[in-house]
Formats: sequence, C-alpha cells, structure tokens
Amino acid sequence: MRKFNKVLLLGSGALKIGQAGEFDYSGSQALKALAEEGIATVLINPNIATVQTSEGVADSVYLLPVTPYFVEKVIEKERPDGIMLTFGGQTALNCGVELDRSGVLEKYGVSVLGTPVQAIVDTEDRDAFAHRMEEIGVSIIRSHAVDSIQKAREAAREIGYPVILRSAYALGGLGSGFCNDESELDVQAGKAFAYSPQVLVEKSLKGWKEVEYEVVRDCYDNCITVCNMENFDPLGIHTGESIVVAPCQTLNNHDINLLRDTAIRIVRHLGIIGECNVQYGYDPDSDDYRVIEVNARLSRSSALASKATGYPLAFIAAKLGLGYGLFELTNSVTKCTPAFFEPALDYVVCKIPRWDLRKFQGVSRKIGSSMKSVGEVMAIGRNFEESLQKGLRMIGQGAHGFVMNKTAVPEDLDAALSEPDDTRVFAIAHALAAGYSIERIHELTKIDEWFLHKLRNIVDTCNELLSFNDCSELPDWLLRQAKCQGFSDHQIARALYKDGFDADRMQDKVRVWRKNRGIVPCVKQIDTLAAEFPAKTNYLYLTYNGSYDDIEYENDGRSVIVLGSGAYRIGSSVEFDWCSVTALQTIRDAGWRGVMINYNPETVSTDYDICDRLYFEELTLERVLDICELERPHGTVVSVGGQIPNNLAVRLDEHNVPILGTKACDIDRAEDRHKFSSIVDALDIDQPEWMELTSRADLDAFIERVGYPVLIRPSYVLSGAAMHVCYDASELDRYLSMAVEVSQQHPVVVSEFMQRCKEIEFDAVADGGKILAYAISEHVEFAGVHSGDATIVFPAQKIYLATMKRLKSIAGKIADALHITGPFNIQFLAKDNFVKVIECNLRASRSFPFVSKVSKINMIELATQAMLGEHPKPVHKDDFDFDYVGVKASQFSFARLLRADPVLGVDMASTGEAGCMGDDFNDALLKAVESVGYPVPDGPVLISSGDAFQKADLLDACRQLAAHGYTIYATRGTQRHLEDNGVPAKRALWPGEESESPDFEYDSALELIQSRTVKMVINIPKNFSATELENGYKIRRAAVDFNVPLFTNARLATAFVKAFCNMSMDDISIKTSAEFKLNT
Amino acid sequence: MKLSDFRKCRLELADGTVFPGYAFGAVAGAAGETVFSTAMVGYPETLTDPSFEGQLLCVTYPLIGNYGVPAGRVDADGLQATFESEAIHVRALIISDLSFDYSHWSAAKSLDGWLKEQGIPGIWGVDTRRLTQILRENGSMPGRLVQEDAEPLPFDDPNVTNLVAVASCKEVIRYNAGADRKVVLVDCGVKHNIIRCLLKTGVEVIRVPWDYDFNADPGMNGYDGLFISNGPGNPDYCDAAVEHIRQTMNIGKPVFGICMGNQLLAKAAGGRTYKLRYGHRGHNQPVRMVGSDHCFITSQNHGYAVDEKTLSADWEPLFINLNDGTNEGIRHRSRPFFSVQFHPEASSGPLDTMYLFNRFVSML
Repeated sequence: MRKFNKVLLLGSGALKIGQAGEFDYSGSQALKALAEEGIATVLINPNIATVQTSEGVADSVYLLPVTPYFVEKVIEKERPDGIMLTFGGQTALNCGVELDRSGVLEKYGVSVLGTPVQAIVDTEDRDAFAHRMEEIGVSIIRSHAVDSIQKAREAAREIGYPVILRSAYALGGLGSGFCNDESELDVQAGKAFAYSPQVLVEKSLKGWKEVEYEVVRDCYDNCITVCNMENFDPLGIHTGESIVVAPCQTLNNHDINLLRDTAIRIVRHLGIIGECNVQYGYDPDSDDYRVIEVNARLSRSSALASKATGYPLAFIAAKLGLGYGLFELTNSVTKCTPAFFEPALDYVVCKIPRWDLRKFQGVSRKIGSSMKSVGEVMAIGRNFEESLQKGLRMIGQGAHGFVMNKTAVPEDLDAALSEPDDTRVFAIAHALAAGYSIERIHELTKIDEWFLHKLRNIVDTCNELLSFNDCSELPDWLLRQAKCQGFSDHQIARALYKDGFDADRMQDKVRVWRKNRGIVPCVKQIDTLAAEFPAKTNYLYLTYNGSYDDIEYENDGRSVIVLGSGAYRIGSSVEFDWCSVTALQTIRDAGWRGVMINYNPETVSTDYDICDRLYFEELTLERVLDICELERPHGTVVSVGGQIPNNLAVRLDEHNVPILGTKACDIDRAEDRHKFSSIVDALDIDQPEWMELTSRADLDAFIERVGYPVLIRPSYVLSGAAMHVCYDASELDRYLSMAVEVSQQHPVVVSEFMQRCKEIEFDAVADGGKILAYAISEHVEFAGVHSGDATIVFPAQKIYLATMKRLKSIAGKIADALHITGPFNIQFLAKDNFVKVIECNLRASRSFPFVSKVSKINMIELATQAMLGEHPKPVHKDDFDFDYVGVKASQFSFARLLRADPVLGVDMASTGEAGCMGDDFNDALLKAVESVGYPVPDGPVLISSGDAFQKADLLDACRQLAAHGYTIYATRGTQRHLEDNGVPAKRALWPGEESESPDFEYDSALELIQSRTVKMVINIPKNFSATELENGYKIRRAAVDFNVPLFTNARLATAFVKAFCNMSMDDISIKTSAEFKLNT
Repeated sequence: MKLSDFRKCRLELADGTVFPGYAFGAVAGAAGETVFSTAMVGYPETLTDPSFEGQLLCVTYPLIGNYGVPAGRVDADGLQATFESEAIHVRALIISDLSFDYSHWSAAKSLDGWLKEQGIPGIWGVDTRRLTQILRENGSMPGRLVQEDAEPLPFDDPNVTNLVAVASCKEVIRYNAGADRKVVLVDCGVKHNIIRCLLKTGVEVIRVPWDYDFNADPGMNGYDGLFISNGPGNPDYCDAAVEHIRQTMNIGKPVFGICMGNQLLAKAAGGRTYKLRYGHRGHNQPVRMVGSDHCFITSQNHGYAVDEKTLSADWEPLFINLNDGTNEGIRHRSRPFFSVQFHPEASSGPLDTMYLFNRFVSML
C-alpha cells in the first residue's frame, strides 16, 4: 500500500440547492480518516460556517473558492502527493476533472485517491456512460435524436410506448411531453419541432418506481451494497424532492437482488474505488429496470444512507482511497466486526424534503424533475406510519403529522394529487378523508398502493380518535394504536378536544393521562446488525413499537443535552450545526456527557461519534421531554441551535427541564416584542418606531406620522411573503388586499423603515449579564437587505469610533438587563451619529462561526463554558490588532428556482454563504464573491442602475471599469447618465424597447446576456414597486438562467468593481486561516 | 384496522420470558426452537426453506408482508417456481408489524391468508429486537406460541429428533434425465433453487432420499458427481448419509455440499460439528476465501458449524466468517471435494457466490 504524506481535500463551498450540508459531513469524515493514518491534510473550502473548516479538523485550511485557478495555487504552495475529489459534491468533482484534464495534477505529481478520474468521466459524460453500460448489457434510458416526425414515429415504435419527447436545446423543458400512442406522438412532435429542429425520443418511465443503491468497492474488487432506498414519489419527481424510505418497502427478494447484483456489476465495470450511488427506474408491473444515473462520489443519498444505517460511508470511502480492503477495516458501530458486511436494519427510515418556496416571488410550487428543496429530515420508526408522521412534524412547517393539520382542502383535489406540489402528501390525507379509494389515489399519484394503505391506517385511527371527547373516554388500545402510528400528544389532543382548544394545556393533559396508563416510548439503538451482535452504540431513537429500552441510564446528573437546529432551511443552516458541534465538544471537554438531539441527516451534529449519545429525534416539546425524563440531565442548551430550540425554552422551563445559561423568562423578555420594547425604552436606547395595529385607520395614522416606506409584518399570513416593505400607499393597498388580513384577531406590526442606513451585527457572549467577548461586523449593503443575504465584513472597516463605543455600551446594558449567560446577537441601524436597536436574540446567530473563526475567539466554546458555570475569563481583542479582514458573502440558488425573481429584500432568500479572509477588504471580498459564483469579469459589463441616488452610487465604479478597459453596456437612463459624466457606455435596449430611429442599431440587453457577450450584469431596481420589479425582472432572470453573474445591490456592486479594478488575481493572497495572524 | 379487533396471543420462551402480541395466520398453537433471522426481504422463500423445519422464526426486520405472497406454480421440471419447497416449514412466524394490505404485481395473496391456508400461526406486535437480544445472549431456545384462552403445547426441542428425515424426499426423483453428466443429490431438505442452479448447468440431477445408498443402485452407476444439500437440525442424526459420502470420496468422484452438506462432508472427512449459540440467519453474512483477499456477502441459515480444528491434515478451510471467525467451507487439499456453509443459491439473499455451481460442474 502506497504511503501518502500530504493529501488535499476539496470541499463543496457555499450551501446551495442540490448541494448542502451533507458535504460538510462527508468531508469531515474523510479528514478524520486521513488524520487517523498520520497523513497531513489540506482542505480548500470557503464555507466558513462548516465543521470541517474548524481548527483541528484539517491541518491546513484554505478559505478559498474551489476553482481550478485557486486549487492550482494551493497545490503549487503545499505540494500534496494525493488529492480527494469525491467528498465535495459536484463542485469538487468538476474542479478535479478539470485539473486532471489540464495536466495540473500530473505537473505537480498529485495522485487522485479512490475512484480514478476516467471512471468519473465515464459516469458524467452521457455518451461514454451509455457505451460503458452497453458493454455489460445494463439497460439505461436511451435517447433517440430525430429530425422529422416520421423518424420520431420509428424511434417510438422501436422503444415502445409510452414515450417522452423533448426538444433538444430548449431551456426549461419547452415543447416536451408524454405520448401514449402514435396519434398523441404526432401532435406532440408537431409542438416539439416548433421549438427545435432536433427532438429527443425517450422511453417514458413516468410512474415507475425510483430505487437507489449505495455501493462500496475496494481495490481488491470486493463489493457491498450498504443501503437500498425507495422513493415514495414515483419517477418524474427528483429524488431530492421525494419522500424516500430505507430500506425498500415494496420490492421482493428477486427485485432487491436483481438490482443489487446489477449495481455491483456496474461499479466493478466502471472501476470505482470508494463509494458510488446507482439510481434506477423500476417497472411497477414487471422486473424491467433502467439505470437512470450513477454518481461516482459521496452524495446527498450517501449521507442519508450513512445516517439510515449507521455505516460511515465517507469514512470508509476515504480509507479505501488510501488502499485498504474492506475486510481490513472495522465496523465502527460494533467495533468487533469488519466493515465488509451489509447493514441489516430493524427499523424504517423516512426522508422528507423541506421546501421554502414561499420565500420566493414568482416561483412555481410544482415539484418535478429539478430540485427545489433546501433541506431534509430523517425520521426513524418501527413502522411506516410512525416514521412518516415523525418526519412530517420534523419538517417544521406547521404540520403535526399526516393528519390533524390546519391545511385547507385543495380546491381541485384531483389536480393536487396528479400535479404534485410541495404539499401533495397532505392532499392525500384530504383525499382519504374525502373517501377516495386507494385505487383512485394510486391512479392519480402513481404512489405504490402499499404506502397508501399505510396512510389510510393513520386516517382510520384519526377517525376513531375523533369519536371521543376526552382522555378519560379513550380506550387504552386506541391510545396505544395512535402512539404506535406516530401520533403526537398534540394530534391526539386536537382530535379529542376539537376546535377552540388550548393546545398547550390539552397536550399536557394527554401526556399526563397517557403516562398514567403506562403508554410510553422506548429507546432503541441503531447498530447496523439488527441486534445480531452486541454493540455499544450511542446512536438512538425512540419508538412506541417496542416494550424494552436498549440502554440503561446512569441517572448521575452528568448529562448535558444540546438541542440541534433541525432541517436546513432558508435562515437556518450549517452555521447552527457548527454551533451545536462546538457546544458538544466543549461540554465533553469539561467532563460532562454530551447528548445531542437532532434529525437532520445532512449534518455533522448527527454523526454519532461527535457526542456521547445521539438521539435522532424530533425537537418537539413532547419528544424533548421524553428524552429529558430518560436522561435526567444536568442541563439543556437551547441557545446554539437557532430558533427551534430557542422557541422551546419557555415550555421546557414550565416542565421543569433545567435550561443552561440565560433563563427562559429572560429569553421570553427578548422574544416578546412588547416586553423587549419596554426594556429598551427603560434603558433609554433608541429603536425604530413601531406599533401593533388592528385596523386600517390606525395603520394610516401611524404612517402619516412616520412616513413611507414602512416595514409591515402580519401576525397571520394568508399567502405570500411574511414581511414586506411598502414604499407608497398603492403598494400598501395591494399588499394588504393580497396577503394580509388586519383585524382585532390578526394585528399587524408596522415599523418605520430607515433608508440608506448601515446595519451592524453585534455578536457576543455574556456571563451573568457581563459581556465576555464581542464582535462587531458591518453589512456592505444598506439596511433593507436581510442580514442573512447581506455581505458582512469583520472587523467593521467603516464605523466611527464613537459609534463602536455606543454599540458596546448599549449591548452591555441589554446583557445586564436580561441577565444574559451565553451567546447573544443584537442588530443595529447606524446613520451619522445615531444608533438604533432593531433586534436582539438571546442565542447564537448566523454569524457566530464567521466571527469566531476570523477573530480566533471561539465564541461558542466561551458561551458554553459560561453556561456550564465555569465563569471563563473575558477575552477582548482590539479591532486595531487585526492585520486582516474577513468577508462573508451570500450564496443564492435562483438558477434552481425557475421563474423566481432574483431580487433581494427584507425576506431572506440565500441558501448559503462563504466566508474568506484577506490581507485587506479587497482581497477578502474578491475571494468571498468568487466563492459564491461570481468571478471577476473578463469582458463587457451590462448596467442598469436604478434611481438617482443609486446612479450616483455606481458612477465611481463605472468610471473605474471604463478606466480599466471594460466595455460598458447600459440601459437608456443609465447610459445617458454615464455619458453626461464622461464615462463611455454603449446603449442596450430594455426588453420590449425599440430604437428611436432606424439609423441606430442598439444591442438588446437580453441578447447580450443570452449570447454571454456580457460577463457581469448590474441591475439595480429603482424601488420595490410592482412596475419597477416587472421592468428589470427579465434582465435579472436572463442573467440567472444564462449563468452570468448578477448584482442587484449598488453598494455590493461598487465594492466588488473597485476591488477587482484595484487588485489583480495574482495579488490575491493564498494563505491558510492560521497564516492570518493578529498583530499583537 | 383496530387493535381491539385482533385476537391476542403470546410467545413464551423456555426461560420464562413472555412476549404478548396479536394473532395472525392460522389460529393454532406451536412449539419449537426459537431462532431469529436478520434478512430484510424474502419471507416466501424463507418460510418454505426446509432448513427451518421445527423452528419458530423471528424476523428482525419489523415490516413484513408488504409485497404479499406469489401464487404457487410448478415449473417444467416439477419444481416450485416461486417457493423453495412445497410447504411452509417454520412452525410459527414472529414479527413486529404486519402488512394486511400488500402490493406487488406478482402477488396473489396476503401473508396472513397464506399462513391461514397452510395452517401456520403467526404473532405480530412483538418487540422483536428485544427477543433477538435474548436469543443472542442466551442462545436459541425452545419457545411456544399460545393463543389467548388456549392450553399451551409442551415445549419441544426439535434438535433431539432427526429433522432431515422429515424434510427429505421419500423416493428418487430425476430431473433433466438423459443429460451427459449426472449429479446425485442427497436430499437433506433441499431448496428448490439449488436444483434449479444445478439444472442450469445442463447436468442431470438424481435427487435421492437422505439415507439412500446410491452407490449400491445400479441405475445410478457412473454418476459424475455428488451434491449434498442443505437441511434442518442436527447433523449428528445423519450417519447413514455420512457413510455414503465417504464411499463416494473413496471412489474419488467430485463432491460439493451446501450448509448441512458442509457439515456432513466434514463428518465424512473425520471432523466434528458443534451447535452455535444462536446460529447465522440472514442475508448479510460476510465470508472471506481463505488465503485470498476475496470476500463475499452470503445468505445463511444454520445453527450448527464445522469445527475446523478436528479436520485431518488433508483438509483445509475454504471460507471463514468475517464476523465471528467460524468455518464457512472446507476443501480437500488435493482431491475434488469441497463444501460451503452458506447458500450460494441464495433465494433468498445475495447472488455473489452463485459461481460455485459452475466451479463444481467444471470438476465433473
């Protein structure tokens, strides 16, 4: 076995739709595997919020874009002898293939560990893949390219109906459709040829089952399949958009082993070494199959398979890459059996996607062949009903399970079933309640009847429950049956007490009654071997389908529970996973038993070897109480997992669960708008004026006083976004009529909206109300861009000293008033000399990992020590000591969200972030901006620059662009403004605009983008009124669809332009995080 | 479904442990040896596998019955096309969650209906993980299924009887008669897929009862090789078969054995067998070919194992179990005799070692 000295691992960068936190998990595992071998590790990943970029995981961390340019620079500097490409998603894979193709790897003598590049190329290239599969007689979906209707007919006859037609070269599936026979084909082909001269004819697998296998192979040709999974939603819906169960439920022995054997043949033939995912379409009426695709890398599915089985796929894959055989490695769960085995499950796992489509304007909520979900949950149960209902609660979008939800019955139930959107599973509940037969639902959804029968069991139980009106009437068998099917106490309470019940009180009543009847859950281990061998595993779940606990509790008061952050979603992502993992490490270092509760399979916090006990469980009051009753913890940490645990604090406290750090009543004083406002007033701290109003008249009076624009947030949302800035009365009217009800029952909160203000983040840790450490960072954009979408600079570069002092003093007063012990974050507005408080959270904020890693003060470690009562010493570093700057930029996923308007506002839209360090602001900004997909342009720039203020803001940047030889295209107003100020610019036409005179031929803005003539688009909406948004929308959307970097904020665009005009790529520093040192 | 509608029943173990549950299948009592299997699919194959004769089977995977049961069908060779024998051999089935409603294109009936039809009782709602842990810690043990309000049957340890004699065919059956090469198959309770796998290689299979003296049958003169099948229970009851195997070895004809066949070949070679604490039953058993880096995932179902230390110097281990180091196959160092403890014919289970049939036939 060859010995490697130094290995480079490529990370996946900022989180985006289709590539999320699962690669933090994979990469962290791989780095752990390398470190165990004594191999020096180098990591390139600009995602500063990840666990893998933390100190102690890799030996050297480069917070740099994962692009061939930067990776080569690092290779040149570090001279690794090996590189791992398969742990950082598609980003790392593509970058690695490019480095191989361009000869960089060969030039520096870097060997690719694990699956060879040729095998990767064979899976990525459609033709090569088809050829390789044909060699071993494996069926794939073949495309026949045809150029006439006659040839389409011939192709369809050869393939067999039904077929799907697609126009070649047409974006977004234009002209594609299904045909069941020749007459339908004739019609469809006519449409398809209207879009393109070439049409692809493929076998339609609509309604087929979708099945996945995770295969592992070592260099001795030994193969295992670690997990198989079946999609609840049939083919046609992307696996990332489907509910997925593991193991497969509706396949028999023949099916399972046919597909298993085929997967192994494929992996052997391609020569994979490590981990590989094989996706199949499988005929529901025979044993016909098609391979859909093969992913020769760790993937979202492999992360799910790891969590579903307990088999550490990424860790093992890394070891196999070094040349180990599977039989030489140990099963890390049993520690006494080898890694060469296939896990046997004795539970069923349900993965459910989480969408945030409501956050985006204009996006379609239909789900289909492209991925739109931003996160997922995994639920474990000992039957399907239990697993699914747990999962639907975990999603965290208001569902209490499969039934007993408040969702409205869709107007057209048939359509809701046959044309799936993000709420289809609930449409099935409505259909069952409405008396639809299983056959009818199957016809409309193509979901296997087995699943539907199980869902009907839930509805039947619900109907039984509805016939009772109090716990005391409820027969034990029914209560047990409901709990075994995953009903929560809340669902049962709602069924018993019907409408108008006090949910919290009745839920408690059911809980007390249930426990008195002896109906309680038991704890089971996930041990990879279905109890065949003893396993000291700490990977646990709770179920009502069992009668014995697998573990004995110590009852020694040494457990400290950390509540995790749940599904990744817009607004809560990998940063809270870093906080959770860091808190656990601190707890364990301090000698306590670290216990984790979380259910997100894409995280490091749900890796069973980072804690002493892992409960892969719901973060509901009911389940957390169940666990606390078992663990009897010394304390529970609710302040590192974002808003979900924060919201549980008060109710947990009411049930006498010990909360560590800031008291629940003080958390409530910060969360409750009225209470917090009066504290702020009492401390004589300024805040933007706001009121809670219940009538339109009051609303108008308020606006009369403070003036437009106003920020409005309803307490009850009918549809659309929750928060909105209204710039004038007409917009307010439109908003109120569309989305919001104002009444006594449903007040709205309105506040004055400050324009052209700086927004400042104050992240800090306090102990007994005294601040131990703090970090002040500023937004590049003016206030009005959500803090989660803003570009953030630390240390703040452009804040007056007087302002800094004022911020610190205000924060000190608030910390004292709320008796804060632990992490907290305050958001401020600053303009000239005034400072106003806009929000205060007594928990870790999104920016904690960023400021911790840049400042080199681990604020979560400090906060956890404070919460454990260790009274750590204050740590203060003077901002003057920083010889470097950190910049955090936001990653958007608009390309995945067809038709969504990529414009930023008060509601958060980004799916991830990158954080980089640089010798100065420009250095850090260029790295961060390139990391989120916006490279420095190497050609013309298209600008339309908004209102007069914004035109003025951008003028200087345009001047520098011109001075550096960039051709500027600009829309009419902007072009005139630039010319008037002596900046040469070519005119580009708005969509729909025509040249005034036939003598002038102007380029169309859209064509400039579509032909990728322009390499960067700056499009600043004048304001957020409907008409303005309409005008620029087509330009913005085209930039996204044709992958041209788009800037919609004048401040950020200016900063970026100035940065690349004032420094060249060669000047960008290539340094590890550790090489940025404090100047002390 | 309503829990209140189900008839209650219970599983009692010989150590006094009682698991309450709900009855399905036939309303009857049962007694036998309680064992567990970790296979996640394949209940129609498993239940009809004669090696399970005399056993109460606990399936560790909780969701059972999902894809129903196929219609019984006899193929051109007179073999069961969809099962491993003509009948269910387990005495009772123990599971956690039963699918009364099933879904699969090949299914003809529900598991519940099939068990009723075959007179086999089942119990669901059992904490099968706990039961497995008890069997793992204390070993497979006698158990009985008792219907509510019914008298329990006495406990019964089937390993004190000759189960092979129960499971074996009673007369000689020929398949693919007239083929060039002939294999005598000693039926200790053979799974039909073994016969199918042999037939696929083009040989004639002469299936004989477990104690049949095929060397003395002139009609079988000139057979080319001997196959010893799987079968239930304790190999110590099969001395007659062991003696016949020894005779074949003396003649020097190729011998291949599977499962019980491995144990009988070992005994014929002078070795001994012993009872494992709880046996190997499942689809995920890892084995390694001795002296190589080749490993295989295998389907297994056995309670006894070969003690390789008792083999003579002429023999060597062929496979070992990677989990617990027990023997998974033996071979003669110089002559064409080999056997495996696992099931290369799978059905149910992974197909990784199917090549062994061809290896055997190539020796003929």
